[in-house]
Amino acid sequence: MADGASGDAFVAFERVQKSYDGETLVVKDLNLSMPKGEFLTMLGPSGSGKTTCLMMLAGFETATHGEIMLDGVSINNIPPHKRGIGMVFQNYALFPHMTVAENLSFPLEVRKIGKADREKKVKHALDMVQMGAFGGRRPAQLSGGQQQRIALARALVFEPELVLMDEPLGALDKQLREHMQFEITNLAHQLGITVVYVTHDQTEALTMSDRVAVFNDGRIQQLAPPDELYEKPQNSFVAQFIGENNTLEGVVQEIKGDTCVVKLDSGEVLDATPVNVSEVGERTRVSIRPERVEFNKERLKEGVHTLKAEVVEFIYMGDIFRTRLRVAGNDDFVIKTRNAPDQVRLEPGSQIEIGWLPEDCRALDAG
Amino acid sequence: MSTLKGSGPQTSDAPTPEDAFHEAAALDAREGEPPHGSGNDGPVLAADGTPLKRSLARALRAQKMRALALIAPLLIFVLLTFIAPIADMLFRSVENQIVRDTLPRTVEALADWDDTSGELPDNAVFDAAYTDIFLAAEYKIHTRLGSRLNYELTGVSSLFRKSGRGLDDIGEVYLDQLEDLDENWDEALPWAELMGTADSVAAYKAWVEAEDKARENDEDFNDPIPAFEMRDGIADVLPRTAEMYSRFAEFVRVEDEDSPFEEEPWTIVLTRLYEDLRDGDVSSYDGPRAEMLKAADELVDSPDFQTADLKSTFEEIDEDWMDLAVWRTIKTYSPAYTSGYFLNAVDMQKTPDGPALRDEDERIYGLLFKRTMFMSLVITFSCIALAYPVAYLLSTLPMRTANLLMILVLLPFWTSLLVRTSAWKVMLQQQGVINDVLVWLGLVDDAARLVMINNQLGTIIAMTHILLPFMILPMYSVMSTIPPTYVRAAKSLGATNWTAFWRVYFPQSVPGIGAGSILVFILSIGYYITPEIVGGTTGTFISNRIAYHISSSLNWGLAAALGTILLAVVLILYWAYDRIVGIDNVKLGG
Ligand SMILES: Nc1ncnc2c1ncn2[C@@H]1O[C@H](COP(=O)(O)OP(=O)(O)OP(=O)(O)O)[C@@H](O)[C@H]1O
Ligand SMILES: [Mg+2]
Repeated sequence: MADGASGDAFVAFERVQKSYDGETLVVKDLNLSMPKGEFLTMLGPSGSGKTTCLMMLAGFETATHGEIMLDGVSINNIPPHKRGIGMVFQNYALFPHMTVAENLSFPLEVRKIGKADREKKVKHALDMVQMGAFGGRRPAQLSGGQQQRIALARALVFEPELVLMDEPLGALDKQLREHMQFEITNLAHQLGITVVYVTHDQTEALTMSDRVAVFNDGRIQQLAPPDELYEKPQNSFVAQFIGENNTLEGVVQEIKGDTCVVKLDSGEVLDATPVNVSEVGERTRVSIRPERVEFNKERLKEGVHTLKAEVVEFIYMGDIFRTRLRVAGNDDFVIKTRNAPDQVRLEPGSQIEIGWLPEDCRALDAG
Repeated sequence: MSTLKGSGPQTSDAPTPEDAFHEAAALDAREGEPPHGSGNDGPVLAADGTPLKRSLARALRAQKMRALALIAPLLIFVLLTFIAPIADMLFRSVENQIVRDTLPRTVEALADWDDTSGELPDNAVFDAAYTDIFLAAEYKIHTRLGSRLNYELTGVSSLFRKSGRGLDDIGEVYLDQLEDLDENWDEALPWAELMGTADSVAAYKAWVEAEDKARENDEDFNDPIPAFEMRDGIADVLPRTAEMYSRFAEFVRVEDEDSPFEEEPWTIVLTRLYEDLRDGDVSSYDGPRAEMLKAADELVDSPDFQTADLKSTFEEIDEDWMDLAVWRTIKTYSPAYTSGYFLNAVDMQKTPDGPALRDEDERIYGLLFKRTMFMSLVITFSCIALAYPVAYLLSTLPMRTANLLMILVLLPFWTSLLVRTSAWKVMLQQQGVINDVLVWLGLVDDAARLVMINNQLGTIIAMTHILLPFMILPMYSVMSTIPPTYVRAAKSLGATNWTAFWRVYFPQSVPGIGAGSILVFILSIGYYITPEIVGGTTGTFISNRIAYHISSSLNWGLAAALGTILLAVVLILYWAYDRIVGIDNVKLGG
């Protein structure tokens, strides 16, 4: 995870900046390096510069500043068609006037591959996405999911080592999307290709990727494997953006090694792990995942601080219970409990006490 | 669901998921039964019991009527200004009633004549022609027929004009002799007494007296002249005279708004009188003016009564009447419908041996059609060549710049066609701007200025400019719907700029080219004003010839035939285009 160190990196962005209009930077100082065979996802809110990064890598946009390296070579001045990067577009961009087979054979033709070889590769690629019988159809005669597979096959048929995908599943329904997520990761691992994947959908990002780069405001906020991203967010943006999250605001009162005490604005105190706070008196925003909150006193460590809470709402969700509490004047505090035989159903209006392990509560920047 | 509540097995008061499931099952079971319990095979009924089909039709009818009412004004407008003129044109291109309407007797008499015999038609035909042309001349329609037949045989026009005047000579031979015998034969009233009823004559005389009296007393007298009525018996005594006189009486009343009591008859009436007296017997006649008639009969029967010979009178009027070609033309064009105009439009003509090509030096329309097609193609291709890059640029530029460029493209639309064409005249002529610049630059010698106007080149340049927007607009609207991701995808797959354009972008822009080409080609094939102004003699189109026939030579039939052929050519090309390219591939917009 040596960001910026491009020693044996396959793809590397070094201090890349991009501006379209000469006034605002859409990408600000992007540093990223990927080893060969990695599945990396760019995740972030709309307009955060994900597509722009992808387009710079593919060669359709030029970086205003900085260097983009592929396999150790700077590709800033190489035109897109010589980069040999496979790409899957959001709307698939299948050529409507060609059949599926012709679409697939197009990248092979422009590479002057012989006819027999071409046919073999097209067939293989079609079989790979289980679309062997559809070679003669036009894209318009295919369903969205089928078009998606063809677009994938077309990006893979010329055996690129790097494949870029810009929200390739955005137009599919949930079930199909989940199925395709599985197929894409499978294929990527099977073929050993390097993938840069762009998505809006955090579940997609977490389930598919080796590492996820969370984008905001033209910067990578955190680049980490999914579990680390979820459990150890580096700042309050990532904590908010990934998964469900409870936040409470306050001031650092005391720092003792790897725990600290935070005094909330309501006057109560709690234990937390300092992440990016360093001084007593600094304002902070603490973040606790709903499933890590404990209200059964027996399970809490001796001596930890607890907070008083009032149950506002109890929601039955099948596998879990979701309870909304009022804590320190904030009635958006959510806890999730597993629907187990011995699980307590909290009645709205009852008063309880809640607490957590200091490791699970992270004192982040004040946002 | 709530209406079925009672029927579902209820396990508790509050609805539970299970409850809902049972109700749904109950509902499913009922759905099989048609409403009102009628047999399973009966028609589906609407809620009020009428068959569903009928109530649907009723509901749709109101909708249809509304739609019809909305398009009615346009429909009527199009019918009147587009469909009807085209139908009229199609009709005119074969219509040929004029010969049969103007020369009915002649056409009938000519039916027996063998036009390949090499002999002139017999006297009966000449007699029929005498009657037809005499009447046509009185009604002043003989010159119209003359110009119609003149399209087929030059000279017929003047022949008919002369004959209209000359045919009086025949009747005058008889009139002169009868007038010498009795002056009354050249008077209106005696003729009216001979032909009319006693009552109508008496009424007329009373009217004259009344008028005289009024004049003596200086009074206003506005009574109309009493109507003339033919006497019943007179047709038995003088059949042909009576027939012709009654036509005369009718003519005087309708066309001249006068009365036969006051107009002496046509000379042809005297010819008919001679024929009746020659062939018939009037000795038993005892009606009015019997004396006068009997005296005339005696004169006619006397050996030194002079008669007029029809054929030689015709020859005297114009010796062309002795030309077989004249009679052949009349006979050939006597049917009510003719293919003559169409034959003419393809440089052919009717001969006794069927249709044949005209002489080499008389063929013009084939050449004109070919030239029109060729030049339209050239114009279409030069429009494609010029419009494609512009449309491409328009579709790729950012919105604001594209709009500005679009205004420049549309600017020609907002200038008068005539102004633009005239501007080209100024630009292209030998003393014009372009030549001046070329001479000034030394590229062209002053003595050898380029001829760029009043020929094909001039027409092609000016029309390409004028029709260019019709090519750019459809191209633009198709190109702007091609997402840029296609070209990007092609490039990411390894295609060079050119391959990406040629294999991916171009095929998708073909519908725009198709639409623009059809538009420009069809517009240019019928173009008129520009070739007329800058085309000279070598750069004119078939439509200029059509316009000439409409407004100058007044040969509307030929103009209609040419127009019909033009329409057919366009439709055939459209059909061929549909077969080859497919009309679905034509897009005027996204
Ligand atoms: N061609 C362009 N010209 C000018 N500005 C652009 C252009 N393309 C993108 N931008 C701007 O750059 C910023 C980043 O855009 P980008 O497309 O990279 O976002 P994104 O992260 O892909 O968003 P989304 O998730 O909505 O696709 C946006 O503010 C956008 O308005
Ligand atoms: Mg994007």
